Amino acid sequence: MLLEIEDVSLLYGRIQALHGISLTVDEGEIVALIGANGAGKSTTMRAISGIRPVATGSIKFAGEDITKLRADLRVRRGLCQAPEGRGIFPGMSVLENLDMGAYTRRDKAGIAQDLARVLDLFPRLAERRKQAGGTLSGGEQQMLAVGRALMSRPKLLLLDEPSMGLAPMLIQQIFTIITEINQQGTTVLLVEQNAQQALARAHRAYVLETGRIVKSGTGAELLHDPSVKEAYLGVA
Amino acid sequence: MTTTIDPPERRETAVDKLRNGRAAVADRWHHAPRWVRWVLLAAVIVFFYALPNKEFYQYLGPIPTPGANFTQVLFTVSIYVLLAVGLNIVVGFAGLLDLGYFGFFAVGAYTVAVLTSPSSNLKTLWPWLLVVPIAIALTMVSGVMLGTPTLRLRGDYLALVTLGFAEMIRIAAVSSTFLKGQRGFSEIPHPPGKYADGRPFFGVLDARPYYWLVLTLIILVVIGVRNLTHSRVGRAWISIREDEDAAQLMGVPTFKFKLWAFASGAAIAGLAGALFAGKQNFVNSQNFELLNSIIILAAVIFGGSGNIVGAIVGGGLVAYMIERFRGIELFGIELYEYRFLFFGLVLVIMMIFRPQGLIPNRRRAAEFKDRRKEVIVGE
Repeated sequence: MLLEIEDVSLLYGRIQALHGISLTVDEGEIVALIGANGAGKSTTMRAISGIRPVATGSIKFAGEDITKLRADLRVRRGLCQAPEGRGIFPGMSVLENLDMGAYTRRDKAGIAQDLARVLDLFPRLAERRKQAGGTLSGGEQQMLAVGRALMSRPKLLLLDEPSMGLAPMLIQQIFTIITEINQQGTTVLLVEQNAQQALARAHRAYVLETGRIVKSGTGAELLHDPSVKEAYLGVA
Repeated sequence: MTTTIDPPERRETAVDKLRNGRAAVADRWHHAPRWVRWVLLAAVIVFFYALPNKEFYQYLGPIPTPGANFTQVLFTVSIYVLLAVGLNIVVGFAGLLDLGYFGFFAVGAYTVAVLTSPSSNLKTLWPWLLVVPIAIALTMVSGVMLGTPTLRLRGDYLALVTLGFAEMIRIAAVSSTFLKGQRGFSEIPHPPGKYADGRPFFGVLDARPYYWLVLTLIILVVIGVRNLTHSRVGRAWISIREDEDAAQLMGVPTFKFKLWAFASGAAIAGLAGALFAGKQNFVNSQNFELLNSIIILAAVIFGGSGNIVGAIVGGGLVAYMIERFRGIELFGIELYEYRFLFFGLVLVIMMIFRPQGLIPNRRRAAEFKDRRKEVIVGE
């Protein structure tokens, strides 16, 4: 198991956002976490990346207990998150943003190689390499966030709502890229409201409701599950 | 009918003209060959070294201050510039709001006073030069002590805690017998050095050597800060300022780098305090009002926070403007009494028309735009 979360609870002040969540991600998988607004998807991501401390439970990454590890040290272990929405550095250019993604690395040749790969994956970013991140469109910022996370050459890539606010065509495109990244060997944990696309692409998926995992299975299973269909796919 | 132009349009063009003019200057500067830039820079530096000489500044028209010794004013201004450069690291680069920066200046000045002055209870009477590194180290330690608990928190806590810190230092200076309150410390030794004929280089009457010393240190500090900002440290600071969560997600140890920025800013303030004490010969509790912290912060923002040149220009202009009002009378009113009124007015106008400061950082300008967008989206 690459990532193992056991019975994790998390509090925002007095409000309990997560009630004992357990999930696993195996090497080479795409795992999706779907759920409605406020179900705790992003919170789960924050717990994994270490931005919020957990109240109880444990998080294991590649066999190591990282429950109490600082967020920046988790990145060094190979766990990198592309944050939701505007997580890019607005004043830095596209290239500088990507460079920040490789902050923990010192192998110049490897960084150059990964930069070429990212610019290859996202030709849009290559066109705008000198432009300030804050002046990009929503879709371009999203691509930049994903590309920047890839620059750390993560073992596990955490994607928080990569399709949020994007036009349908771009959604298609970004999911294609996610699959491509995965085929190149990066494990992906994906949080999505766009359940249709996420379930179609994911090997396995979990359904989150008010801070609890209520269902899990393969992507195809959940895609055809009647209650999931009704709640998240808009099909009666 | 063709002569009527509605006023807002006219104002726009005037502002635009100014903006375009500045942009053109900046553009020429960036495209000038290297040697031109070096020559210009050298000329500016020579100008400021020559400035305190009466033979030179008497030809400068309205620039010398009428109501005060111009050389003394220049020394004060140079201290403010040094402080602005230091605070710019904290506020401009790392994006930490420090409202009590002058507190560190006080720590530096008092360290020198306590360890060198004959009126101190310690009676150590160490020479000035020996105490300077101690003063810098102590301010750094106080910065780390203050920063360790507060920099873990986000947002406005730091501003409040630093505000409290500066007040604590001031009140300690006023009321503790060890720090002598109003009576203060006298006979603080000057920096060492003699002319060929045996007169001390750093005397009581002539402020020029002190100004030259501070100017030299400013140049050294600026070179140091510049190198720092072009390194991994600088990148980490900028990323923290722009988006702390994202910085952490990229593997930047944010707490460590915030503490670094805070401590190096404090160290520069400590150095400034030590220089001040060495020049002034006398330190008491009246030197360290809260207003000074605000003035330096305003200077950094006025000049363009995040930009070293901006901080220098801001610190210099603000300190100079305040002194420039001295001795000017208008309709029987001493303008100096109202200096902060004008100062406030200039700041308000500035924040309306140019919130990113006189000489903004290219990045900061983009961040401002980004934040404005966010506000609009949030509505």
